[in-house]
Order: sequence, then structure tokens, then C-alpha cells
Amino acid sequence: MNGMTRRTFLSSTPALGSVGALPLAGGCASTAGSTMPASGADAGPIAMSLSVNRTPHALSLDPRTTLLDALREHIGLTGTKKGCDQGQCGACTVHLDGRRVLSCLTLAASVGPREVTTIEGLAPAPDALHPMQQAFIDHDAFQCGYCTPGQIMSAVACVSEGHARSAAEIREYMSGNICRCAAYPNIVAAIEQGRAGMPGT
Amino acid sequence: MRPFAYVRASSTAAASQAAAGAGLSTPPTAAPVQFLAGGTTILDLMKLDVMQPGTLVDLAALRPSKGSDIEAGPAGLRLGAFATMAEAAEHPAVLRDYPMIAESLQLAASAQLRNMANLGGNLLQRTRCMYFRDPRSTACNKREPGSGCAALDGVNRQHAILGTSEDCIATYPGDFAQALIALDATLEIAGSDGTRTLPFADLHRMPGRTPHIETTLAPGDLITAIRVPAGPWTRRSRYLKIRDRESFQFALASAAVALELQGDSVRSARVALGGVATVPWRAREAEAALAGRPLDEASASAAAGAAYAAARPRRHNAFKVELGQRTLVRALLEARQMQV
Repeated sequence: MNGMTRRTFLSSTPALGSVGALPLAGGCASTAGSTMPASGADAGPIAMSLSVNRTPHALSLDPRTTLLDALREHIGLTGTKKGCDQGQCGACTVHLDGRRVLSCLTLAASVGPREVTTIEGLAPAPDALHPMQQAFIDHDAFQCGYCTPGQIMSAVACVSEGHARSAAEIREYMSGNICRCAAYPNIVAAIEQGRAGMPGT
Repeated sequence: MRPFAYVRASSTAAASQAAAGAGLSTPPTAAPVQFLAGGTTILDLMKLDVMQPGTLVDLAALRPSKGSDIEAGPAGLRLGAFATMAEAAEHPAVLRDYPMIAESLQLAASAQLRNMANLGGNLLQRTRCMYFRDPRSTACNKREPGSGCAALDGVNRQHAILGTSEDCIATYPGDFAQALIALDATLEIAGSDGTRTLPFADLHRMPGRTPHIETTLAPGDLITAIRVPAGPWTRRSRYLKIRDRESFQFALASAAVALELQGDSVRSARVALGGVATVPWRAREAEAALAGRPLDEASASAAAGAAYAAARPRRHNAFKVELGQRTLVRALLEARQMQV
């Protein structure tokens, strides 16, 4: 496919190209939704801006759109995965202002000015890996890999929250990320290595 | 998910007005206008089509912009309702002086959910009864008043054995609530008529004949803060939770205990039980059985027997009678050993 990867292919499909995800030229000061009274509310699309990996995006989305679907279907960042879509598996984990949350149970409209960080925004440079990403490779901390972006986003937050001081603590504070391949021993080992590579921890 | 309108509330009063005006004749859970805070319960239930609000009022703008909105002083603890579960669980004063509260939050949900869910919403989380959560199940008095209860003679391993009725045996799923009811917490509530306080013990209603009415709140009522009075028992307190898996799971049985000891004797005990009852459950019978007695395995077992004397197990959950008693005994004996 002319050197086209699966990811670039997905990003260029017509379904994705037809939706209104427009990078903003300037800042993203506008806020989502309106403050009109409920009696005058309707269920139509609402304008919002999302800052994702430090890039602003102006969007007009159905209020039902979750942050997960906004990222995958409207902004084209498919690294964040949809697993259970009901808050039980952790595959959709992203950071909001540095704190890990589930994007499947977050409405895009409610994100507001908070900074969204996804797996695509974790590395310090386009050709580099975050220490936690490298640690997952070094420890073969996956089999199918579907849960891996969520595992890595959760692992980075687990370390920065100060809850990765022992293997037991890692297991407890990573319990929101399910790996159906059961690569858990490798994931714990990867986090212990990744922790050592994260500055200030 | 069904379509809904999304609005942001600019003030507590505006939020209350928006929610109150649209559904005064319905219990708050069925009102057409619902609040959105952490979203971890309501968005889940909307995806399942269990809740079908026409409007979500986002409370994000009411959240304090700085700090965790948690204050500790000589009179007690004030937890802002918008503090997240994680903020409260990791607050130094909560960890030191109210370990039961910290444990009840640390042992609940997952790290991601604890970063999202607010304390006020946590108290109002709804049952995990699978018949309630599945609209294809036609019999659920909580979801469809008068439709029956599929759990009574269905798969009821996770269901309640205390506080049940012939119309509903759904378990109240929360952990934090057990700490609050044990410690005599009160709530600050903003409603369409102004603000008021409510003993936490008066928030939840037993199912009785009306399991669809879960609380004493009216549409538009918003929990704004939780107050926990100080006392010599709060440091010697703990929350023990027994689950099917080690983490990220609801309780099969739990015990919240706070003790005031004089030597080896119990001056006063505060006991609540989770995972086994339809509402947050204060076990006054256990407290009475302990008062003035030396705390040992015999007195703890007697207290646990008193706590579960009224248990009404069904086909699959009879194991909870013994599990619940053992959980309480262990929690009491471990609290006795705490260095405070």
C-alpha cells in the first residue's frame, strides 16, 4: 500500500475526512455548550473546542459524543481504544490535566479547557518513545496489544501519582486496566522499569 | 444512547432551578432533567438505556477552581461534594484522622474512576443489580414501578439480605456511604427553596413498596458538602471490604467500624455494613452488644450475630450471612489492634 500504514489508511478514509474536525489557528478560549435554561435546550449539535496533545480542535458534535468517540471518530486519533465502553476495562484511559480518566464515560462537551493527553501525545518527540512505552516493549508487556495504550497511559499516571512504589501497589493502582491476555507480570515489571525512567519520581 | 440536550449550569441556584422545574412529581432518578458531575454513573446508565433524561445539566462550572475543597478542623471534617474520590482518599487529614473514610474510598472503583467521580455523586450511585441494569429484563420495580422483581427468584448471589422487601432486594453498592453512616455525617443540600442540612442516615429510603424512590431528595436538590463530626473514635476506625476479586470490585460484604476503647473495654462502637443491605446500613444492634464489654473474639462474634439477626437470605446469597459476620468480627479485632 505505498508505504501506507494501517493508521494512515484509517486516518484518510472518507468517513473520517467528512466530519468537521478543524484544527484552530489560535488558542481555544471558547467553552463548550451554553448556559441557557433547560427549558430552552435542544438536543442538536454543540460547538466546542478540545485541546488534545497541545493541539486545539474546533468541533461541532452531538451532545452524546464521548471524549473517546471525539478522539477516534472526529479528530482521527485512534490510539485510544474502545473496549467495554462502560468504564470497566480501562482501554480508553487518557489524561485530563495530567490525571487519568476514562474517555468512554466522559462527554466531549464536558471536557472544557482541560488539556487532553492521549497515547499519541506521550512521547517527547515524533521519533522518540516515552520511557514507559520503551519499558513495555522491553518487557514484552502485551500480547494482542489492544489494552496497551490504556495500560501505558494509566501506568504513567500511576507513577506520577506516587502509587508505583512496589509491585503490590502497582497491581492495586492498575486494577482499572484489564488485560485479557493476562500479561500482568510483564506489565508490572515494565512499570517498575518505566518508573525509573520518569523524571522527578 | 438517546438524544439529550446539554447545558452548563452557571450557579448552584440555576442548576437547582433547571432540575426542579421539570419534574417535581417524579423521584429525582426519573426526572427528565439530570445533573452531570463525574458522569461515571449516569453516562453508564444512559448507555444501558436505564436512565433516559432529556437534559443533562453539567455542574462543571460549580466545581471550586483551586484546591480539593476539603477542610479538617477540631469540629470535624467538611468534604465539598465536588471533591473527587481520589482527592478525599489521599487527603492527609482524612488519612490520619478518619482512616475508615480513606479506606472506603481507596478500596472503591478504579484509579481512573476515583479521579472522575465526585463525592456527592458517589453517594447517589445506583444499584448494580443486573436486572435493574438490563432493560431487556421486564421485571424490575426499581426501574419500572409495579413490574415485579426478577431477582427474588432469579440469580441473586449479589443481592441484599438486610433491609429487603418483597418488591426489591437490590444491594446499595457503595463503600463511602458506610463510613459516613457509621460516623454520623450530615449533608449540606441546595434545593430550589434554598439550603438545608440533612443527616446522612436520612438520605436513603428502604425499598418497601416503592423501590423506585431511593432517596428523600426532591428534583433540583444538590448535595453540596458532607460534614463528619470529630470524635475520639475516628482514628481507631477502619473499612474492611471482601470481594470476588482483590480489586476494582463491589463488596460482597464489608464492615465499617469505629471504636472508642477504655483499656480493653468498648466505651462506644460505631458499625456499618456494606454489600449486604438495600441502603447504607448502620448496625445499632452490634453497637449495643459491644458497649461496655471487653472486645475479644467472643464479644465480636456476639455483635456480628446481632448485626445479622434480621437477615433474610434468598436462594443464592445465604453465604452472605456468615461472610458478613466474619467480616465484621475481623474488622472489629483489627481496629482493636490499631495504634492510634
